[in-house]
Amino acid sequence: MNDMRIADRTVSSDTAKMTARGVQVYYGENHALKDVDIDILGGTVTAFIGPSGCGKSTFLRCLNRMNDTVSIARVLGEIKLDGEDIYDKSVDPVTLRARVGMVFQKPNPFPKSIYDNVAYGPKIHGLTKSKAELDQVVETSLKKAALWNEVKDRLHAPGTGLSGGQQQRLCIARAIATSPEVLLMDEPCSALDPIATAQVEELIDELRSQFSVVIVTHSMQQAARVSQRTAFFHLGHLVEYGETGQIFTNPQDPRTESYITGRIG
Amino acid sequence: MSIGLITLIVLGLAVLGFILGRQRALSAVGGDPRTLHSLPGYYGWSVFLFTAVPALLLLVTWAFVQPTALNSHVAGMIPAADVASYGSTQLVMADVRRIADGLDAVARNAGLDETGLAALRADLTDMRGRLAEVGVALGSNVAPSVLEAAKEYRSLSGTLRLGMALAVLLAALAGLGFALWRIDPRQRARNLVEQFTLVLLAGCSLIAVATTFGIVASLVVESVHFFKLYDFRDFFFSLTWSPRFGGGSELGLWPLVWGTLYVSFIALLVSVPVGLMAAIYLSEYAGKKVRAFAKPAIEILAGIPTIVYGLFALITVGPFLRDWFAQPMGLGSSSSSVMTAGLVMGIMLIPFVSSLSDDIINAVPQSMRDGSFGLGATRSETVKQVILPAALPGIVGAILLAASRAIGETMIVVMGAGAAAKLDVNPFEAMTTVTVKIVSQLTGDTEFASPETLVAFALGLTLFCFTLALNVVALVIVRKYREQYE
Repeated sequence: MNDMRIADRTVSSDTAKMTARGVQVYYGENHALKDVDIDILGGTVTAFIGPSGCGKSTFLRCLNRMNDTVSIARVLGEIKLDGEDIYDKSVDPVTLRARVGMVFQKPNPFPKSIYDNVAYGPKIHGLTKSKAELDQVVETSLKKAALWNEVKDRLHAPGTGLSGGQQQRLCIARAIATSPEVLLMDEPCSALDPIATAQVEELIDELRSQFSVVIVTHSMQQAARVSQRTAFFHLGHLVEYGETGQIFTNPQDPRTESYITGRIG
Repeated sequence: MSIGLITLIVLGLAVLGFILGRQRALSAVGGDPRTLHSLPGYYGWSVFLFTAVPALLLLVTWAFVQPTALNSHVAGMIPAADVASYGSTQLVMADVRRIADGLDAVARNAGLDETGLAALRADLTDMRGRLAEVGVALGSNVAPSVLEAAKEYRSLSGTLRLGMALAVLLAALAGLGFALWRIDPRQRARNLVEQFTLVLLAGCSLIAVATTFGIVASLVVESVHFFKLYDFRDFFFSLTWSPRFGGGSELGLWPLVWGTLYVSFIALLVSVPVGLMAAIYLSEYAGKKVRAFAKPAIEILAGIPTIVYGLFALITVGPFLRDWFAQPMGLGSSSSSVMTAGLVMGIMLIPFVSSLSDDIINAVPQSMRDGSFGLGATRSETVKQVILPAALPGIVGAILLAASRAIGETMIVVMGAGAAAKLDVNPFEAMTTVTVKIVSQLTGDTEFASPETLVAFALGLTLFCFTLALNVVALVIVRKYREQYE
């Protein structure tokens, strides 16, 4: 862990944006996630690490109810966003997902123009009143995603024609265009080359001024570089959760230490 | 020996060759297959192929060449005067072949042996009567030269057949021997079999392509005959279709094309929305159980023969439309109408559209749906704004394929839309299509050289061009679609 570039560990707020208590997830008979308790802070980048199949992506997908689209998945327990239970019957998962945005592992731009990709969310949620306002949202989102300069001259070219790293930044721009409160990222750099990865990581650090960011990653270096809080999952359990520097330098649980030093994984 | 028997013997030899070849390869290395270049079975196959393929190719070639060669040889024996009394060489030769076939039966009937048969003379015996007794009815008395030709034809074809059997069996044996002789542990039998597979596969695709060209060529040739008899300007620019077999017919293309397009248009108007929405329901909304039941149930529609749809149109839909819509609205009193045929054809096309679109919608990556749901879109928003645009080129391809089927459909139109060639916009009028007219121009006892029958080929060619153009457009769109995700 010598290349850890622990830039900024200060957390801008101590208020919990999302809280989870006793979350259990079943995929059919398979008990995928066991009794997870976690507080995700506002204005923070939280990293979920752990070996493959440990439940970190599953938990991430609970946070915006994407598991609802999987017919065999069953979620028990309580997850609150700003004190409101998101699994309550009165909560519409569709509006929840507008508040808790998501970026996926593989860049998945829609087969539309760059402009329409970004404008998609604002359009379906009716966030803008006029074309000029929509243009403004698209421009701001692309700028926040550090893509504006590369695509401003070809906003009406298809989004699928961009390079992999650009596509992923387009997906990030698309997610932040709906101005969510929390941004979930499921291994956003796993399909990217090192340069694109560095760009996205830089972006994540900038984004935390406006959103809580939760990122699932396989790369411990990446977790160390971008996050302030780290949660280690193992075999469906949340083993350890705490300040990133502490998790990487002085883990409390022997399993965390084994994983970080490369003995399990 | 018949061709079937020869083929069986050759195949038997080839199987024998397979067994021998395998054994020989194994014994060449002392029973240890690891030192062979290829698996022992490949050596067996190589012998099999060397035995069967050249022999069977020879058989096929011989079977094709023999009748032609025989005909031209025997035709030379008949003096021109006799040919003239028959009208043409073709007609004489047809009689020669029938007499030759009948001679065996005559011989059996009269208890004649080969010499007795050779001694038969047309000017002394009543050959026509004798042949009629055994079921070969001839139009005129048998001329001496024709009988001689028939005898020659019979004996020569017997000899040739024997020669063919011998040559083919020899080829098979030679191939067997050669292939066994060249077996060697280092021989690349596997590559040989691979090459044969390649040739076989390429040959099969060649057959499909060649057939297409053959069909086009025959259509073009007959159409050229038609345009020699009938001015192409009248065909392409006249608005009247009224064939008269007595002569003086007007064979304008447009009433038929209009009927075809009108019926197809209504059919697509029915099938595209219903089929597409069914596909969206099945692929995006339906649960596994519903889908497992509903998809095959819809596809059953595709298995119903079109004649049954035709009956449905004739007996149920036609009268229903006439009694409840056409007559109350004063639009007509015919149970055959464009609407009837279009509706029923639309129902027939539903499974085409739905099944193809369903596959295409399913091919849209799940990540597109996730991306859209992740932004807070509902299912129908996702379908409308992401899935359909992504699948659109493929869906258009599916619709065009359905359209080319609608254009080529015959039975439903015959029974549902009637046979009156008309240019009319009222959908409750009887009209007809190109395909129906092709059938009606070619059926019946008509001379095959008049423009009234030959027009069928010109119509067929027009139709072919229509559907070909549609298919090309469909293919281009589908290809463009494929590029998007690869």
